[in-house]
Amino acid sequence: MVSRFTLLTTGGAILALAALAGCSPVADDTAPSATASASADVCPAGALPTRTAGKLTIGTDNPAYEPWFSDNDPKNGKGFESAVAYQVAQRLGYSPADVTWTSVTFNNAIAPGPKAFDFDINQFSITPERRNAVDFSSPYYLVRQTVITVKGSKIAGAKSIADLRDAKLGAQVGTTSYQALTDVIKPTVQPSVFNNNDDAKAALENGTVEGIVVDLPTAFYITGAELKNGVIVGQLPQVGVPEQFGLVLDKGSKLTRCVSTAVDQLRQDGTLAVLEKTWLADTGGAPELS
Amino acid sequence: MPTVLTCTDVRKTFGSAVVLDGLDLEVGEHEVVALIGASGSGKSTLLRCINLLTEIDDGTIRLDGEDITEPQVDADRVRQKIGLVFQSFNLFPHMTVLDNITLAPVRVHKRPVAEAREQAMEWLGRVGLADKAGSYPDRLSGGQQQRVAIVRALVNSPRLLLLDEVTSALDPELVGEVLTMIRDLKNEGVTMVLATHEMGFARQVADRVAFLDKGRVLEQGPPGQVLGDPVEPRTRQFLARIIEAGRL
Amino acid sequence: MSAQPYRPSATQQHRIAFRRRQAIRSVLLAALSTAVLGTALGFLVTDAPGWDRVKLAFFDGELARESLSPILQGLWLNVRVFLVCAISALALGLLIATARTLRGPVFFPVRALATVYTYSFRGLPLIIVIYLFAFGIPGLRLQGTPSVTVLGGAAIVVTYGAYLAEVFRSGIESVHPSQVAAARSLGLSYRQAMRHVVLPQAVRRSAPPLLNDTVAMQKDVGLISLAGPIDAIRAAQIDQMGTANFTPYVVAGVLFVLLALPLIGITDFVTLRAARRQNAGT
Repeated sequence: MVSRFTLLTTGGAILALAALAGCSPVADDTAPSATASASADVCPAGALPTRTAGKLTIGTDNPAYEPWFSDNDPKNGKGFESAVAYQVAQRLGYSPADVTWTSVTFNNAIAPGPKAFDFDINQFSITPERRNAVDFSSPYYLVRQTVITVKGSKIAGAKSIADLRDAKLGAQVGTTSYQALTDVIKPTVQPSVFNNNDDAKAALENGTVEGIVVDLPTAFYITGAELKNGVIVGQLPQVGVPEQFGLVLDKGSKLTRCVSTAVDQLRQDGTLAVLEKTWLADTGGAPELS
Repeated sequence: MPTVLTCTDVRKTFGSAVVLDGLDLEVGEHEVVALIGASGSGKSTLLRCINLLTEIDDGTIRLDGEDITEPQVDADRVRQKIGLVFQSFNLFPHMTVLDNITLAPVRVHKRPVAEAREQAMEWLGRVGLADKAGSYPDRLSGGQQQRVAIVRALVNSPRLLLLDEVTSALDPELVGEVLTMIRDLKNEGVTMVLATHEMGFARQVADRVAFLDKGRVLEQGPPGQVLGDPVEPRTRQFLARIIEAGRL
Repeated sequence: MSAQPYRPSATQQHRIAFRRRQAIRSVLLAALSTAVLGTALGFLVTDAPGWDRVKLAFFDGELARESLSPILQGLWLNVRVFLVCAISALALGLLIATARTLRGPVFFPVRALATVYTYSFRGLPLIIVIYLFAFGIPGLRLQGTPSVTVLGGAAIVVTYGAYLAEVFRSGIESVHPSQVAAARSLGLSYRQAMRHVVLPQAVRRSAPPLLNDTVAMQKDVGLISLAGPIDAIRAAQIDQMGTANFTPYVVAGVLFVLLALPLIGITDFVTLRAARRQNAGT
């Protein structure tokens, strides 16, 4: 009574469902083992549980912007973040030859999910929301958000935040720069949102936005080296917890503690200050907005 | 009786096939000429050439004495004076019956819409389709569509009406209503050339029957003579086949 | 003629009863099968390890409620841009298709331009066109440059116009030549025949694929967000990056589907009706 066709299709459907049942997600290691911290040398030099044994994989975006990197080549050790990355690697026991760089977009690095790097360095501000998705190391740089524009723009001479409220401003999506734009400036005109700072800069150049918000060193670099007639309007006040950059690691990564320790060492022995002076020296003298 | 149409030595070739091979034909006013012949003998091609849809390769066609095959002639103007009805009716499916009929009078002949509509309704009334004026072609039977197509060609008062196998696509029981209409048109004096397979009808309606063979008029004359007692052997052959097929 | 009204014979009544039993059995079988499958799928999904995580990351109810307002605001931009772009692209497509059918040597450059346009813009990725229009054109600093939203919309119109032009053109070519023959036989000029007989039919025939392309356009409209305006997807992205949760994307997705449903319904209705109408004749 039941046709062969019906039997075949029903059987096929049941098999398909059974196959699907076999796909269960990888069990998640939610409870970090408490015993690890108790033992003595938890950070064996050059022998950490990295993705590739004996090698350290560091992630950053492409293009890698100045003054954090140089010539879009993280390997050359030039630029503040490239230098910091190689210093951290050294403290962890990895020579420059053991370091591999991998390209990761800003958004992907801080999205939930397994990571293709051991740590990522790319001007990530530490925020509680992001901590839901990733781990952060100790901070390595104190950030100030800055408004920049071009000469002749209506906000070129702005002296206070109130002067900025009616302007068409822009920032990169998902950044603390965008957050500062909406939370601190609170513009009356809907801000423009861009996929990356290159687009934001292009929009500023061609006049479709009147100003953009970026972090201070980026502001100096863009106005100094990239924009014709670039002008720094001023730094935005820090609201609440001071904003700081941290290295990004996979959530619950076994490397977080060691990497943080390395960063702390760099701060304590003054290396971070030296690197700042070397690569971010021209970041003084920007007016403060209030 | 003045001559409406004169075809002299008309030639038409499609690729390597010679379809019309020096054809001569004359049609006088109020005359009804039936073209008969096997498929491929050139009947449809001839009608399309007369109406300038197809360009002839050689020869001359004159309408009311004017050479319409001259290159400078405005073909659209000529076609306003000739009506052609197709085997597959070719009504415009996106327009109602009434709009189908009034399109040319209004757009081409620039008649006022109300006047064109009135005339269209009059014709439709005459052929018993007045109640279909607001319907779309897909609601009509084949026979009704063909009759509308004929009205559509007639409202422009053409000098000459060409009918290309207009009953061949119809179911047998619908053929009659179209043939009746054509007979009525003849009685009103419309000059017609009709290509047809309906020998019986040709006998009743035509003043002259022309048998086309290999692109020429092989034999022509009164229907009684051509259909009943043809001179040429090929005509006899053709008619014999028709009789066998039961269509005479 | 029998004086009594028709009553089914005993044989026919048997047949009716049998078919009724069959129908009831079919309905019951369908209900049973649906219930079994539904329950099985339900258990499969909710009992799978990690379902809780998935539910949290994609279907967080509270987050959905919170993100609804900014996403709806962004969606309003999508709707407005879409309506303007759809109408403009259709008009442009019809214009280009008609331009390609123009006869006469004097119109050669028009035909050539129209052909070049359809070939190049069907090949160009929409993202490139949006970048060129929304970033490149303002850079020229011409007088009266419109906003990036208008420029982005123009990019969409210009790109989709090329596709729609081809749809219209194939619609025009699908009108049987006998229709043109009939129109010309009535004395209509080529232009009149196009205007009154061919184009109306071509547009009706093209309606199903045109509507399909329009539904696709509705989704691509969101790409203007890369030039700065905040549309529904960007709003969802802003929310997602703030909370590291993908529920806003799911919310935006559901809203897009709901938005497309009326258009999809119209498309199917028009397609069916067109098929019925075009099979006119005996």
